[in-house]
Amino acid sequence: MTPSLEVSRLAYAYPDGTQALFGVNLVIGRGERVALLGPNGAGKTTLVMHLNGILTPGHGTVTVAGLPVAKDSLREIRRRVGLVFQDPDDQLFMPTVREDVAFGPANLGIGGEELERRVKDALERVGMLEVIDRPPHHLSFGQRRRVAVATVLAMSPEILVLDEPSSNLDPASRRELAEILRSLDVTVLMVTHDLPYAMELCDRALVLSGGVIAADGPTREILSDAALLAAHRLELPYGFAPP
Amino acid sequence: MGAGHHHRIYLAGDTVVHRLPPQCKLVAVAAFALVVVATPRAWVGAFGLYALLLAVTARVARVPFAFVLRRMVIEIPFVVFAVALPFIGFGERVSFLGTALSVEGLWAAWNILAKASLGVIASVLLAATTEPRAMLLGAQRLRLPSLLVQIMMFMLRYMDVIVDEMRRMRVARESRGFVARDIRHVPVIARSAGALFIRSYERGERVHLAMLSRGYTGVMPVIGELTASFRQWLVAGMLPGAALLALLGTWGLTS
Repeated sequence: MTPSLEVSRLAYAYPDGTQALFGVNLVIGRGERVALLGPNGAGKTTLVMHLNGILTPGHGTVTVAGLPVAKDSLREIRRRVGLVFQDPDDQLFMPTVREDVAFGPANLGIGGEELERRVKDALERVGMLEVIDRPPHHLSFGQRRRVAVATVLAMSPEILVLDEPSSNLDPASRRELAEILRSLDVTVLMVTHDLPYAMELCDRALVLSGGVIAADGPTREILSDAALLAAHRLELPYGFAPP
Repeated sequence: MGAGHHHRIYLAGDTVVHRLPPQCKLVAVAAFALVVVATPRAWVGAFGLYALLLAVTARVARVPFAFVLRRMVIEIPFVVFAVALPFIGFGERVSFLGTALSVEGLWAAWNILAKASLGVIASVLLAATTEPRAMLLGAQRLRLPSLLVQIMMFMLRYMDVIVDEMRRMRVARESRGFVARDIRHVPVIARSAGALFIRSYERGERVHLAMLSRGYTGVMPVIGELTASFRQWLVAGMLPGAALLALLGTWGLTS
């Protein structure tokens, strides 16, 4: 079966000359939930920006479900890769939740009843159908993050890429989001500092450090390897031990 | 969260006026304003009829008189200018309470006050019965360039976010003992404004990325086309239509 995401020998330097990625290789199979861990400045965001073609690789390739990311495939790539940004205020830019969730599919040329069905279905999956006609800025932070997930679910993505999904959430919202993510039937790549959250949701974890994949394995093993964590500025919260 | 500061001008309701499509209301208010402006200032009766028409509209839309009055503060600069005219005007003078006032100035002041007030009241009624968002959709329907509409939509959406950011910066300043007392503190405020501008600009970039990620190609997809029936245009046309009749009627009487 074609993997959902395949990144091979990806290197990238910003226009000012700062090299951020030095040859990243990774494969994520269909239906997997994978955590991408790494300290600040490791290149996590840069890598994420490559996954849907916002940045163009200096070297190497990104392939989403068999389709290479290239200028002429951007439209389809952006349907297949659903990016959920860290700040929901960046992601929810339309005046109402309904229009925001409809924005993606409408750009794909979907309209009428099919559009309505997709919007309702996506909101249903994150338990936010009741706020469909509210303006996003009237929602709580946790609700906004769930609606942000719905905005990309409405595009039926092949892979969901979440940037720090648990940041700024209170414990209850954090747990609710985890339940939602677990209930979705899509491939998930979760970029996070929240190691217990990675442990809770992802069987597999990647450590990105210094622009390369420094470790790839079962989350439990990675989080149990104190030397590995210390080498890459990753730390478990006080009192937490991998079960 | 400073939710919905800018919605204070909108009065939620479910009247005939509220239900009219926004584009019809926009055209109706513009047409009404044109009729008002075209009326010679000496036809006082016609202005009375216009005011009556607006009062009826307000009644139908269930917009309280006091609400309209409060919203009319926006007109104050014009009022100040108009009040000055009788004193600074030239020509024939009349005496009022011992003050010599220019007749020409009085007419000019009346002209400005009457026309501006009628225009402002009509606009307040429009704003009170139309959600800001709907107003923009209506403007888009009337072929206002889509880019302008998009810019205004974003302004509506992000106003609260930016106001909130501004408030946090003020709290941060004041928490460190800053109090704006005199002119020497202007640079501090100016630097905060600069920082706010940069933050907003960066947010703009992030929002653009989020839009690109969901397939934005420079054109907002049309979600839920606004349509207006002939009957709705007819209902909206009643205000400017009646005003036009009043104008023509007064013309017939005076000529």
